[in-house]
Amino acid sequence: MYLLSRRDWLRRFSLSTAGLWAGSTGLSKAQDMSVLGRVQDLSDARLRTFDEMVSAYVVRQQLKNEGMGLTMPLLADNGHLVPLSLKVDSPMTEESHVTHVYILSQLNPAPLIAMIVLGPWNGRAEISMRVRLSGTQMVVALARMSDGNFRYATSQVSVTEAACVDNG
Amino acid sequence: MTAARLQVPARIVEGDVFKLRLLVQHPMDSGFLRNLEGVLVKRNVIRHLQCIFHSKEVFRVEPTTGTAANPLFEFYLRATTSGELYFRWVDDKGYIGELRHNLVVIPANQSTAPKT
Repeated sequence: MYLLSRRDWLRRFSLSTAGLWAGSTGLSKAQDMSVLGRVQDLSDARLRTFDEMVSAYVVRQQLKNEGMGLTMPLLADNGHLVPLSLKVDSPMTEESHVTHVYILSQLNPAPLIAMIVLGPWNGRAEISMRVRLSGTQMVVALARMSDGNFRYATSQVSVTEAACVDNG
Repeated sequence: MTAARLQVPARIVEGDVFKLRLLVQHPMDSGFLRNLEGVLVKRNVIRHLQCIFHSKEVFRVEPTTGTAANPLFEFYLRATTSGELYFRWVDDKGYIGELRHNLVVIPANQSTAPKT
């Protein structure tokens, strides 16, 4: 007995429904099929250099790789959800505190993952969140201190399944 | 539709630095993926999320497509006095999400019981 695999079944189902949809909206079938067959092409995406990542935020200020930690898994099986936690060694007082934290990606279509605003009222410069990664890359966390200088920390993450590619 | 959950310690004494965990239910559609019918899903991410306490912004995050779906944010806050924590976020569709939490802070001179 011939059985369709789940993948075949899904593909056929999506083709047929997409055909219906294309017909109803007046799109030509050929055009729609080309859209369906196309997978997000990230082959031309290249790893940005550290200077490219940082130059948008740091112009003439000091930039030091110290007093800060970025923790991410070495191997992330799923790029859709990668835990990230960072910590800046700062007393978080009115005189000396972290004002902004930028989380930057080397490969994602959007270089900036998130921008976070902190202040002395936070008491501790520690943040955890979950990010998306589109492939094996380096993640940079950039912290702006209240004196205007910057600190950074990096983490190299291997990603087996990228977050912005359709596989099915 | 959009829901959020906030986790704070059960007992907060004045002067403590305590951890807040905020989980927001949001698809964070990146605009790069297609649905089952092969149609590109429009970008819909949270543009900014802020936490307001005593009418002052104490935490602000501006996520982009690089932030995972159902974003979780963990951050710290120094306890001063009791009050209402007010979270507010806006996404690309213009939806405004809100979460209010009544924060109870025990004054330092009343905290005789040992801290757990």
